[in-house]
Amino acid sequence: MDVLPIIFVIAAAISLAAAVMVVTARNLVHAALWLILTLFGVAALYVLLEAGFFAVVQVVVYIGAIAILFIFAAMLTRRMMQDTGPQLHKAWPLAAVVAVLLFAGLMAILVSWPGMDSAKPALAEGADPLRQLGLALVSPDAYVVPFQLASVLLVAAMVGAIFVAREKNP
Amino acid sequence: MIPLSWYLIFAAALFSIGLFGVLARKNAVAILLGVELMLNAANINLLAFWRYRAPEGVAGQAFALIVFAVAAAEVAVGLALIISIYRRRKSVIADEMNLLKW
Repeated sequence: MDVLPIIFVIAAAISLAAAVMVVTARNLVHAALWLILTLFGVAALYVLLEAGFFAVVQVVVYIGAIAILFIFAAMLTRRMMQDTGPQLHKAWPLAAVVAVLLFAGLMAILVSWPGMDSAKPALAEGADPLRQLGLALVSPDAYVVPFQLASVLLVAAMVGAIFVAREKNP
Repeated sequence: MIPLSWYLIFAAALFSIGLFGVLARKNAVAILLGVELMLNAANINLLAFWRYRAPEGVAGQAFALIVFAVAAAEVAVGLALIISIYRRRKSVIADEMNLLKW
């Protein structure tokens, strides 16, 4: 009896249920907390994919920074919409139809693709994907330019966020 | 043994839920929550394809890492914009942000 599929099903079910709560919860702080649960489920799937580094990054960056930022934003923009009135648009059934259609379309494409049931190939003997990734990120032959661009993007986003959210002095 | 299809179906479902959140929510912060769900679904696909189809390469991993950085930048700027709009207009409802409409 293989235990990994059971872990997958549990993690995926928790993630999807929490994701549904994220988009339907009335209270935004609760929605952000449900988002944390979803992100934990996704981190578990990263572990199942043998991408442990990405599971750690998911917990540190997404849960540690992004979800906390969402909770701060929800608290800073309180009072207006808190628990009163509908949280969903009047046209939300249309949105649901679009989402279901997208899911059905993706499924239709996926089932017609022959690679769907490919089994997981074993990693090569002595292979270390994390070491490969680290080397590729600083090697001029591989991804050093995108990597540096990502750093520049983060700095620009940081400066921009501070500038935009700053309290203006009259 | 988990087939690749499970990951793809999960990612498609997560993406659809995120899309529903983006389209149906009124609150701008909640819309950004939906965008986060969609980015996560894309990342799962990237890493699943990397592991199942090209485990000897690093393209999938590098791409997923860049997506992480972009998601962090996106959320920082997005929330800063929402807080700035909230200060000026006392509203976070996306429908009421019509300053640029003409």
